[in-house]
Amino acid sequence: MAKIIGGIGTAHVPAIGAAVDHGKQGEDYWKDFFAGIEPCKEWMANNKPDVCFIVYNDHASAFSLENISTFTIGVADDFEPADEGYGPRQVPKVKGHSEFAWHLAESLILNEFDLTISNEMPVDHGLTVPLSIAYGQPEEWPCKVIPFAVNVIQYPPPTANRCYQLGKSLRKAIDSFDEDLTVAVFGTGGMSHQLQGERAGLINKEFDANFLDLLLDDPAELARLPHSHFIREAGSEGIELIMWLIMRGAMDQQVEEKYRFYHVPVSNTGYGLTILENK
Amino acid sequence: MREPRDYDDIPGTYILDGQHSRKGYHLNMFCMSLNQADNRDEFRADESKYLERFPMTSDQRQAVLARDFLELLRLGGNIYYTFKLAIFDGLSMQHAGAKMSGNGMSFEDFRDMMLAGGRSIENNRSKTNEVQEYPKWPK
Repeated sequence: MAKIIGGIGTAHVPAIGAAVDHGKQGEDYWKDFFAGIEPCKEWMANNKPDVCFIVYNDHASAFSLENISTFTIGVADDFEPADEGYGPRQVPKVKGHSEFAWHLAESLILNEFDLTISNEMPVDHGLTVPLSIAYGQPEEWPCKVIPFAVNVIQYPPPTANRCYQLGKSLRKAIDSFDEDLTVAVFGTGGMSHQLQGERAGLINKEFDANFLDLLLDDPAELARLPHSHFIREAGSEGIELIMWLIMRGAMDQQVEEKYRFYHVPVSNTGYGLTILENK
Repeated sequence: MREPRDYDDIPGTYILDGQHSRKGYHLNMFCMSLNQADNRDEFRADESKYLERFPMTSDQRQAVLARDFLELLRLGGNIYYTFKLAIFDGLSMQHAGAKMSGNGMSFEDFRDMMLAGGRSIENNRSKTNEVQEYPKWPK
């Protein structure tokens, strides 16, 4: 049977991808950051998940305001890196796991989470930056990937609680897949940041630290927060943190934090990383 | 007009809710079109002519041509879309952030603010004067 071996929370700041792609890891601005995420690469190398289920948001790349889907699962065999306005990132094509993804889609929908199913979509930095954080610059990504996109741009996004509950159903769906696969679930985005308006540049370290603590010990407390609380305290784009709750919902109630790293600033963002394992 | 909402008092923040999205749809879709290299070439060749393809308001057109990133937000834009215009101009998110700060902040000022830990949440929670009393965690 398929089995979750870890849950990873990470921001997916596009500047990280640009730093990797342009070899800037050793520069003063970046060296502490890249040293801090090294344990994530080590965890991936030691645990070698067969599949990474990556919860992320699209940033007007595959999707636009033309059609707005709250939750989208990618069921294709492969996903091309998107052109976000600079030309696509020069990273390997993302290989899907179509059979597993279809199982998860069917299981989640029958559990009353009404997903959109995508057979064709490019994937942007929201998905490829977490892969760069996990694996660096391999010739091929060493895992299959199931992209799971959440709308966090058009208000209202799903509630934090909806995401947490979806994670719990995702766990059942993964556990019921009849193939021996190891799975890492990624919740990505955040942490505190606001890109827009007169409040651009907002970072709230206290909120971020509190979020990481509660994610570990009391995720239900995070799940009850209204959107406005995330927007006010963590910035309008800090609302992306709801996606971490899908990952957390898929883990056991009791988890062990194997690693935590926090770094300010990465571009305009408070960067956070947590690696969780079931006890 | 929609009903008052709990995020209305958050300062300097433009939420892409239904009414905002209605107002900005064509503006945002113009920005989206810049994802395609051939569209970028056409926009570069003649910006005003390219904008004719999109049924935007004249204020929106003016704000695009003037690269008034704060005004674009007020006219229905969303940062993930309007940022495509900044990318087109070769600007980073910190350049855009400085322009949207609305107080003449330079890129260098903005960059230094981020290096110093970012814009503080203190006094930035609410437009009302009850900032100190604002509950940091809802009951």
